[in-house]
Amino acid sequence: MKTAAKRDGDHYVVNGQKIWTSTAHHADWCFVLVRTNPEARKRQEGISFLLVDMKTPGITVRPIISIDGSHHLNEVFFDDVRVPVENLVHQENKGWDVAKFLLGNERTGIARLGKSRERVNASIEMAHKVNANGRPLIADPVFRQRVAQLQVDMKALEITQYRVVSAHDKAGGGRPDPLSSVLKVKGTELLQATTELAVDVAGPMATPIWARELAALNESDDMLEASSASVGSYLFLRAASIYGGTNEIQKNILTKAVLGL
Amino acid sequence: MDFEPSDDQRLLIESVSRMLADNYSFAQRKTYIAAPEGWSTAMWSQYAELGLLGLPFPEQYGGYGGGAQEVMLVMQAFGRVLVVEPFFPTVILGGTAIMAAGTDAQKQAILPAIAEGSLKLAFAHSERQARYDLTDVVTTAKKDGDAWILDGAKTVVAHGDSADTLIVSARTSGDRYDHEGITLFLVDANAQGVARRGYVTRDESRAADISLSNVRATEVLGTVGQGLLIIEKIVQAGIAATAAETVGAMEAMNEMTLEYSKTRVQFGNPIGTYQVVQHRLSDMFMTQEQGRSMAMLATMSLENPDAAERAHNMAMAKVGVGQAGRYVSQSAVQMHGGIGMTEEYAVGHYFRRCMVIERLFGDPAYYLQQLADEVA
Repeated sequence: MKTAAKRDGDHYVVNGQKIWTSTAHHADWCFVLVRTNPEARKRQEGISFLLVDMKTPGITVRPIISIDGSHHLNEVFFDDVRVPVENLVHQENKGWDVAKFLLGNERTGIARLGKSRERVNASIEMAHKVNANGRPLIADPVFRQRVAQLQVDMKALEITQYRVVSAHDKAGGGRPDPLSSVLKVKGTELLQATTELAVDVAGPMATPIWARELAALNESDDMLEASSASVGSYLFLRAASIYGGTNEIQKNILTKAVLGL
Repeated sequence: MDFEPSDDQRLLIESVSRMLADNYSFAQRKTYIAAPEGWSTAMWSQYAELGLLGLPFPEQYGGYGGGAQEVMLVMQAFGRVLVVEPFFPTVILGGTAIMAAGTDAQKQAILPAIAEGSLKLAFAHSERQARYDLTDVVTTAKKDGDAWILDGAKTVVAHGDSADTLIVSARTSGDRYDHEGITLFLVDANAQGVARRGYVTRDESRAADISLSNVRATEVLGTVGQGLLIIEKIVQAGIAATAAETVGAMEAMNEMTLEYSKTRVQFGNPIGTYQVVQHRLSDMFMTQEQGRSMAMLATMSLENPDAAERAHNMAMAKVGVGQAGRYVSQSAVQMHGGIGMTEEYAVGHYFRRCMVIERLFGDPAYYLQQLADEVA
């Protein structure tokens, strides 16, 4: 982390840049991790957690268009941005403790099981309406087994999710549960598997970028809109196994923190 | 079996690769897509000059006289740079239709015009309700004196918006799903009653929805009622060509990913030094080579006179190449991390092209079901 803050009277002066900042272009405020002690012995030490008003002079937000064609991500540049000292969250140079807690929560919420379930239900509904090999897709036993398998996996994830939340509540939310990495990996695998299901159901209708066309023409067609939305999710959620710590990193965490290797 | 290209084929690949190296960088491609047509008319002329627009046509019709292997090699080269010009619908789909079913007069009128770059075709077959079923045609053609009156709608017709002539399938007899009774017509794309709505597709190519209302067609392609045989030939040529294109795309993605793994440093080392990344790269390479074998099977099968065996091999190739393209492109994005998710970087564009090809004329699940039905 290179973005740094130097104390100047009752302000921190922030310089540097951040990337992959979701919805920064909509935000009124943002949290920023900054280096406040460059001489710290360990890399995790000397980091502070600041709350920054996005209207502060010196902040530039540059859009990153993702492969689904949407603007969700951004680069944020900080050029001599003055942040009042009272906007420090927790203690100076102890920001990593806050970040760890936050990342643990991110991993807990990252599974987004409800979205997966909603998507599977929508795919089932759509599979009644489209044909494959001369019969409705919903009658295809291979398709049905694929859906059933996803439902099994979602049930397992649901219970694991409850276990993590329950343990989290009992421990008072101090340390992130290593099981949150299980949620992250399995949850994002399911997010991706369910978007693949949706996009496979959409079939050839996944090819056009319909939503844009439909919006321009003010037409409404449930099937086309659903197909288009499924592709958007399929493409964007390729990032699910990347953001919040790649799934490869999560497995490294598991091998160290849980398996002790 | 000899899988190595001949000297002539090597020369062909070299000249095509050189042309693309000079004219088809990712940045140049971006300017082609931004053109009003959505592709480059200048590149179209270059393809014509090199003889590519007549690649599979006999020399007597102004063609290069190439066969399925030459098409495979060129499509592979096109796949490496994601060519967006309407080569596939015009030369592969349209050309196959005319060569397979055209009268000598039709061949004379159409093939040389394609080869010189002055005529573009599109294959207007798919309908909204059909999904992947080739026999699901409800567009009708009713006899009216010497002509036929066409009514119906076609969807996601590749480059249907820029085509001069449409190859339209319609029912001259029978019902939805009947194998008999489908007829192909050559229809002027600007004929009265033809309405085209063009749009961009996920792979930054172009397609159109086409409605036909009271369209008068006088030119039948092939035999009335026997269109399905031609449609199958067109589709098989399309499967073989896009399989080769997928191989080219996989090569490009694997090269990009390998290069990235050597330069991207994380935790103090290039990510390519980590075993988990190394194994993924090996899997991607193996998948590419298995996919290449299946693309070769598709190409070799095109000239197989045994129709059942040909269809069987095509189904196998469609499954193998589709799955390979999906795995390699998903992995390529994953190995790149965040940068692979951005529009600015090339890998996501390959990802989307593979996604579109995978569902063209049927996805792996569709063909796997056909193969499963044959298991005895």
